[in-house]
Amino acid sequence: MLSHDITESLVEQVKEATDRGIPLVIEGGGSKNFYGYPQSVDLQRLYTTGHRGVIDYSPDELVIHVRAGTPLSEVKQLVADNRQMLAFEPPDFGANATIGGVVACGLSGPRRPYTGAVRDFVLGVTMITGSAEVLNFGGQVMKNVAGYDVSRLVTGALGTLGVILDVSLKVLPAPELEVTRTIRVARHGFQSLLQSMSRKLPISAAAHEQGTLSVRVSGSELAVKEALKELAGEEQENAYWDQLNNLEHFTEARQLWRVSVAPGSGAWLQEAALVDWGGGLRWIVDPTVCPGTIASGEGQVTLMKYDLASLDRELDIFQPLGEPLAGIHQRLKRQFDPAGIFNPGRMYRDI
Amino acid sequence: MKVYETDGLTAKKQLPWLVVLPGSIDEVQRIVRLCHQFEVPVVARGAGTGLSGGAMPHAEGVLLILAKLNRVLSVDLKNLSATLEPGVTNLAISEAVKSFGLYYAPDPSSQIACSIGGNVAENSGGVHCLKYGLTVHNVRKLKVISPTGDLYDVGSDAFDSAGYDLLALLHGSEGMLGIVVEVTVKLLPMPESICVVMAGFASVDGAAAAVTDIIAAGILPAGLEMMDRPAIQAAEAFVNVGYPTEAEALLLCELDGIEAELDTQLHRLTQILRGNGATSIATAHDSEDRERLWLGRKAAFPALGRIAPDYYCMDGTIPRRQLSFVLNRISSLSEEFSLPVANVFHAGDGNLHPLILYDANETDELQRAEEFGARILELCIEVGGTITGEHGVGVEKIDQMCIQFSKAELILFHGIKAAFDSKSILNPGKAVPTLHRCAEFGAMHVHRGQEKFPELDRF
Repeated sequence: MLSHDITESLVEQVKEATDRGIPLVIEGGGSKNFYGYPQSVDLQRLYTTGHRGVIDYSPDELVIHVRAGTPLSEVKQLVADNRQMLAFEPPDFGANATIGGVVACGLSGPRRPYTGAVRDFVLGVTMITGSAEVLNFGGQVMKNVAGYDVSRLVTGALGTLGVILDVSLKVLPAPELEVTRTIRVARHGFQSLLQSMSRKLPISAAAHEQGTLSVRVSGSELAVKEALKELAGEEQENAYWDQLNNLEHFTEARQLWRVSVAPGSGAWLQEAALVDWGGGLRWIVDPTVCPGTIASGEGQVTLMKYDLASLDRELDIFQPLGEPLAGIHQRLKRQFDPAGIFNPGRMYRDI
Repeated sequence: MKVYETDGLTAKKQLPWLVVLPGSIDEVQRIVRLCHQFEVPVVARGAGTGLSGGAMPHAEGVLLILAKLNRVLSVDLKNLSATLEPGVTNLAISEAVKSFGLYYAPDPSSQIACSIGGNVAENSGGVHCLKYGLTVHNVRKLKVISPTGDLYDVGSDAFDSAGYDLLALLHGSEGMLGIVVEVTVKLLPMPESICVVMAGFASVDGAAAAVTDIIAAGILPAGLEMMDRPAIQAAEAFVNVGYPTEAEALLLCELDGIEAELDTQLHRLTQILRGNGATSIATAHDSEDRERLWLGRKAAFPALGRIAPDYYCMDGTIPRRQLSFVLNRISSLSEEFSLPVANVFHAGDGNLHPLILYDANETDELQRAEEFGARILELCIEVGGTITGEHGVGVEKIDQMCIQFSKAELILFHGIKAAFDSKSILNPGKAVPTLHRCAEFGAMHVHRGQEKFPELDRF
């Protein structure tokens, strides 16, 4: 695995940009450039891909400490070689994805409801903020309540609070065996079916589309074999979850909406082309009426994919924040990035 | 008023200017608005069981006690969550949902008394966080009152929410950013099967090596706890549950899951324990026997309280591989300071709880205990760990914050505080030291274990 520490040159680039007030678009492998508001091609790029390699990985500590530009595929391979996994099952969106991008975008895969989100596994970050200094938050240990939890705050902040240099992630033992089965069931009936199964089975993913519920069970060989006695249905390739995670179902979509709600909610249930996360994530393709916002506290609506024409209609990509949340976001942004140079407008127009 | 002068850190006392016990969210808002208008400090407190003085009163401030807001508001069986007022005790949550076969996972040792609002403020852990996470992993949504008295939601009923992860930021923020008045927690189905294994070891190193091997074997115990000889002996003398008093170290390992899987894991676990020189192994399957094995661990603090007039409980977290090294260093520090120390801790997470035994009535013993504690925390930082795993900084560890964090990092912490609380009325003076204080303390910033000279004395 390649290993390079280019902290100094990244700090230099940030320093120059802050001094001159020039916006920087932070980019890893560019695999998730489609996510968030488009960044003008005229803006200066700060590439993290040269800053790569594993700083420390001891499988028996359940922690991996890596530079942000390390390819996600390499990290996944390394932990898999040690019979471990990134339990939040991040999507790749192509071979170039970096671990820094995974943390900055904060997107989690099908395992999310059962094992947790990216932020649940982030133990620490090293970052460059607007003061052009290298700062450390959190660490390589499982429990840490010294200082505010900045490492989780920057997870999913889309690079608007600074440049992530290194991250420490908790890893988990990988299951010995995983099997997926499908069951025919109507949309209105899958939630209760799933609920009755979830108490007994080691479910690690559950999605519903076109009258079919796909359920993955994971664990020791013995546990999975026991579970399969209870789980009637057709066998399905586990690769289904990778395809779903990488939105391969929706390559033709001109507009793709992601609606995140409580798993048992009725919102956008019938309209969704696909429901993932055991009910908690609904994907809406090319709707005639765009999903409105979900009440704050109940979930969120995100425009995941779009053509630029639809953006001209002033659609919000991320659900707007009400007060006092919007004000808190603006003030936090100013504290981290007084010159407003990091990914301006990528997440919200004013941060 | 005197009953309110300390929280769980009884060494730090301060009479509050005023104590208020609101009975509704509306009353909390009105109190906070008044305090904001007149710039009066507000210290929020739940049950007051915190161990770092985070809820120690302010001499010129209001002590806002939320214990009267103690109703379980709703239980949502479809989405496996419960919505609670902040004063509901940790254990009461599990009690309220027990009949549905559900429970709330984080279980700090003070769970019969501590409140869920306080758990959020401290991001509390417990013996089950290795597998089930801390409070931050088990809370979906909060209702928060801002320092200006506005009520708002953070997080949501869904698995994610729009914007920055303020839900995570508020966890462990020690009442500095907002006042939590409602908490929606995640509930888990009770595991089908549970067993507890107790193993005695002739050396601490053997027990520490077993901990590493258990994790390396891909076993993720629900709890993995260690006690050293002084702790074993005190606990056994107190509750008499059959702990091996001749052992130098004791491991308690809880496995849970489906029955078939548990048998396989138990077999592997026993092999690992034996391979690392376990001198005795006992396994408990039914709930009564399990409770009995846990009883000694849970009673360890009061048990030590019987053999020494006072104890000072530390909370550093270290990488697991440093366990033997750090325990040996603590033992030599114990000789240096002439104060006995007992260790009872969450070995699986590397979260240490050395208890320094002292007598506050003896001249300079409290001061020596505090110095000893500070040295332990500095040792944790040196090996790449942190000064607090689950108890918080409060007033107790505020000087050590100067060692763990650089000036620029502390400045950013103050910036975060200002983004939420521009007049700094919420719990002022706690959790994050001023730069001035750090300058006076004269601490040297130890950068994440890169100063690897633990054998050198530090002044």
